[in-house]
Amino acid sequence: MLHYILKRVLLMIPTLIGVAVLIFVLLRVVPGDVVEARYMAQGSQFLSQDLMNLERQKLGLDQPLWKQFTTWMGGVLRFDFGVSMWTGSPIIEEIKLRFALSLQLAVMATVVATLLAIPLGILAAIKQDTWIDYVVRVFSIAGLALPSFWLGILMILAMLIVFKWLPPMVYTPFWVNPWDNLAQLIWPALAVGYRYSAVATRMMRSAMLEVLREDYIRTARAKGLWLKLILARHALKNAMLPVITVIGLEFAFLLGGLVVTEQVFNLNGLGLLFVEAISHRDYTLTQALVLIVAAVFIFVNFATDIAYAWLDPRIRYR
Amino acid sequence: MATTPEALDKLAAGAKQRPRWLQATLDFCVNRPLGAIGGVIIVAMSVVALFATWLAPFDPLATDYGAMLAAPSGTHWLGTDAFGRDVMSRVIYGSRTALIVGVCASFMGATIGALIGVASAYFGGRIDMTVQRLMDVVISFPIIILALAVVAILGTGVTNVILAIAIPMIPRCARVVRSSALAVREMPYVDAARAAGFRDSRIVLRHMLPNVMAPYLIMLTAFLGQAILLEASLSFLGLGVQEPVAAWGLMLRGAAVEFAETAPWMAIFPGLAISLAVFAFNLLGDSLRDALDPRLRTSQ
Repeated sequence: MLHYILKRVLLMIPTLIGVAVLIFVLLRVVPGDVVEARYMAQGSQFLSQDLMNLERQKLGLDQPLWKQFTTWMGGVLRFDFGVSMWTGSPIIEEIKLRFALSLQLAVMATVVATLLAIPLGILAAIKQDTWIDYVVRVFSIAGLALPSFWLGILMILAMLIVFKWLPPMVYTPFWVNPWDNLAQLIWPALAVGYRYSAVATRMMRSAMLEVLREDYIRTARAKGLWLKLILARHALKNAMLPVITVIGLEFAFLLGGLVVTEQVFNLNGLGLLFVEAISHRDYTLTQALVLIVAAVFIFVNFATDIAYAWLDPRIRYR
Repeated sequence: MATTPEALDKLAAGAKQRPRWLQATLDFCVNRPLGAIGGVIIVAMSVVALFATWLAPFDPLATDYGAMLAAPSGTHWLGTDAFGRDVMSRVIYGSRTALIVGVCASFMGATIGALIGVASAYFGGRIDMTVQRLMDVVISFPIIILALAVVAILGTGVTNVILAIAIPMIPRCARVVRSSALAVREMPYVDAARAAGFRDSRIVLRHMLPNVMAPYLIMLTAFLGQAILLEASLSFLGLGVQEPVAAWGLMLRGAAVEFAETAPWMAIFPGLAISLAVFAFNLLGDSLRDALDPRLRTSQ
C-alpha cells in the first residue's frame, strides 16, 4: 500500500510538469501578448514598437523561453506565482478572494448533489423497473441535459416574475453576513448541484443493484433481517464506494469548471477570472490558474483512489 | 394445419426477408423503449435540420424592426428577439449548428481517441507509458477550461469550436478504448497477423480497431450530448459560434437575459431546444451502452 501511494505521488510530478509545459507553450503560440492587449484596450492608434518592447522587457517577455519557464517554475516551487501581467498585483491576492467563492460554491453544490443522489439512487435501485425507477432515471438524465446556465436563467426569471424578488447580486463573504451570502449562492448551488447529482444518482443506483445481488445480502435476508437494516448496514456501506469516487472527481471539476454558471449569476469566481485572464493574454495569471486547477484535480483523483483502496480491503494496487 | 411444410417454408421466408439491421433496430426499440424515444427525437431533429429551409417560416437572419420583442402570436409562433428576428426560425436553424458541431466534434474526438488508444495498447511498453502520461496531462484540465483555451488560441467560429470540443474528448476516449484493446492484443488472431508479417498499421487498423467498436460507439454517443451542451456553453460565453449564425447558446446570450422579464420566450425556447436535444442523445447513448456492453448493464 505504502509503495503504491509513493508511486502515485511520484507519478503526479511528471503530470503536473506536463500541464505546466502545455499551458506555457499554448499561451505563447497565440499571436498577441499582454502588452498588445493593453494597448488595444486603451484604444491607442499608434503602437510604438520601442515602447512596447520596453514594456515587454519590464515583464520579462524578452527573455528566451526556457529562461521564462525556469523562472516561473522556480517561483512555483516556493509557492510564489509572481504578479499578474495585467494588473500588476500579486497573483496570490488575485486568486485568494475568488478561490473562497468558488470553493464555497463547489462545496454547496456537492452537498446538494449528494443529498439528491444518495436517496434517489437507493430508491431507484430498490424499486428497480417500476415507475419510481423510471421517474428517477428520467429526472437524472434530464439533469444532465438541462444546461445549468439555462436553469439559472429560468430560476432568476421565476423569482423575478413570481416573487418579485432577486437574490443579492454582490458577493458577501460568509463570515460578514451569512444570510446574504447564502441567499446569493444557494441558487447557483442548486442549478449546478442538480446537474451534478445526475451522474452520482446513476452510479448510486447501479452500485446498489450490484451489491443487492451479492451473497452476503442474500444471507442477511435469509436469516430474516429487517430490509431497512440490510440496506443501511450491509448494502449502503459497500455501494457507497464508487459513489464517493464520482462525487470526489466532480468536486474537483466544480472548482474550476463553473465558468458559465458564474457568468449567469454574476459571480466573480475562478472561472470568470480565467476567462478574463485569457482575454487579457495575462500569461502569469492564466498559468497559475490552470496549474492550480489541475493540481487540485490530480490530487482529488489521487485521494479518491487511496480512499477507495483503504475502504475496500479487496482492492490492492500493485 | 399450420405445421405443413409449405407453411413452415413461408414462415422461414418471412423471417429471412427482414434484413438484419432492421431486426436489430426493432429488437432495440422493443427492449429499450427509453432509447427508442431518444432515437425518434434525434431523427425528428435531423429532419428539421435537413429541411430547415422549407420548415422555417421566416429567414432566421431577417430583422424586422417593426416587430422587436414581439410576443408569440399567429405570425411569430415563438415570438421575436431584440432585432425582430423570428425565434422559431432561429431555433429551427439552430438545430443545424448544434448537429453539425455535435456530430463532427464527437466523431473527431472519439475516432482520434480510439486510434490513439488502440495504437497505445498495441505497441505497449514505453510508448504506451508515454502516451498514457500525455493523456493524463490533457485529462487534468476541466473540459470547459481546455475548450476555452483552444478557442483562445484558434479563435471563434464553427470549425474552431468543433476542434475545441473534440480535443478534450480525445484522451477520455483513448483511455476507455485502450483498456479494451489491451484484451484484444492478447487474442491469437493478433499474434497470427503478426506472424504473417503484416505491418503494424495494418494490424492496428484492420484487426484491432474493428474489435473495439463497442466501447468506441459507446463513447461516441456519450460525447454527442456533451458536445451539443458544450457548444451551447461556449456560444453563450460569446466564445463559440458567432452572430448572426443561428445557434441555441448564442440566442440565450445578452438580450435574452436583459429582457428576460418582458420577453421570456427569448430565454425559454432555445434552452428548451438544447435540453431536448441533449436529453435525446443521452437516452439513446445510455440504452446503446446497455445493449452493447454487458459489463455496464444498468438493468437486467
